[in-house]
Amino acid sequence: MNSYPNIIRDGLWHNNVGLVQLLGLCPLLAVTGTFINGLGLGLATLLTLVASNVTVSLIRSLVRPEVRIPVFVLVIASIVTIIELSMSAFFHELYKVLGIFIPLIVTNCSIIGRAEAFASKNTVGRALTDGLSMGLGFTLVLVALGSLREIIGHGTLFSQAHLMFGEAARSMTIVLVEDYSGFLLAILPPGAFIGLGLLIAMKNLIDKRLQGKAAEKLATADVAQAA
Amino acid sequence: MTVYRPIAISAVFLFLFAVIGAGLVAFTFDSTAEKIADNERRALLKSLNELVPEQRYDNDIFNDVVYVRNSELLGTSEPVPVYRARKNGWPVAAVLAPVAPDGYSGAIRLLVAINVDATLAGVRVVQHRETPGLGDAIEAERSNWILSFNGRSLSNPPAERWKVKRDSGAFDQFTGATITPRAVVKAVKEALLYFQRHSQELFEQEPSPPTQP
Repeated sequence: MNSYPNIIRDGLWHNNVGLVQLLGLCPLLAVTGTFINGLGLGLATLLTLVASNVTVSLIRSLVRPEVRIPVFVLVIASIVTIIELSMSAFFHELYKVLGIFIPLIVTNCSIIGRAEAFASKNTVGRALTDGLSMGLGFTLVLVALGSLREIIGHGTLFSQAHLMFGEAARSMTIVLVEDYSGFLLAILPPGAFIGLGLLIAMKNLIDKRLQGKAAEKLATADVAQAA
Repeated sequence: MTVYRPIAISAVFLFLFAVIGAGLVAFTFDSTAEKIADNERRALLKSLNELVPEQRYDNDIFNDVVYVRNSELLGTSEPVPVYRARKNGWPVAAVLAPVAPDGYSGAIRLLVAINVDATLAGVRVVQHRETPGLGDAIEAERSNWILSFNGRSLSNPPAERWKVKRDSGAFDQFTGATITPRAVVKAVKEALLYFQRHSQELFEQEPSPPTQP
């Protein structure tokens, strides 16, 4: 059941934090105004997930069940604070943009969720894989929603890339529509809800298609066998 | 006794974890503190230099700072830093960091640079939560509006015209957003008023280091 490919598939698609578990909605909706903001918070969350999953898995035999939740909270809070300080030291501009959402990673339920539901019961290797794929799945959703809102709201993509990749990346910004007056709804919080709704709908549609195809294949195989 | 044993073990375990966690955080804090302070200093210097170019002063503007309090004209009851630019010991300009308390969604933090002759060297928005796409045109990156303050003073336009056009003043408002520019215009005007009343003492006070506001 818990084979590595399964863990990866779960994290990226079947049990995606953003699209299926619908955890961590607060940062997901608040930060995804642009591609770069989404990527920044996504990577910070990914790092937190990996670090907390590995730590929790390492100490899983030591922790008594009665105090496991406080211990997890301690682990996660320490990791997030360390990441916040390092970000402020090395990506100061981006840190200023993402501001309060970095400490809020502590409250992202997906992290303690993975610690409790997965990492505390699995080996370090599996916990690491789970953290990586769950984090990556979350990052992908953040990035997709960020791009969607940036394209519709501002008519650009990759704007402010220099916050993350340095001055050389300033030219990365792609202006898709010249003199675009902007579409306010996409930038405001309601746009985030609508965008996430569309993404979830799209995932469900793809799932349905795949299911239909699988069923069809099965049916044709049956027919072929019968013949 | 046996009942308490597991509880005691759990407590000790939890305590150890708290110590390790706090220790790691303290270590990271200690090793990044200098770099973070440097980043903040750099970011502030960059925005100060945008308003008062480096060629215009030769003092350590970052440390030549006094903190003043005036909730009526500076928009906050907190101490407001005033950075002072000097050349050969002569005052060139002062950069105040007042607050426009009545923005559309809360306070707008500003940097207002005033030349020693009481004209504006420039204004920048440091922090705000105005509506993206409407009120955020006060940011220098998004529109030229904030540059319309350059060179202005309390006599240009005359004090009673320090308003947005809708209030029969001299400054443009934005389509769909009047409250934001109104708040900024008012805050800049009041900063100028403050400077007019206190300019001499602003330049004469001994600097207080930034760590002790």
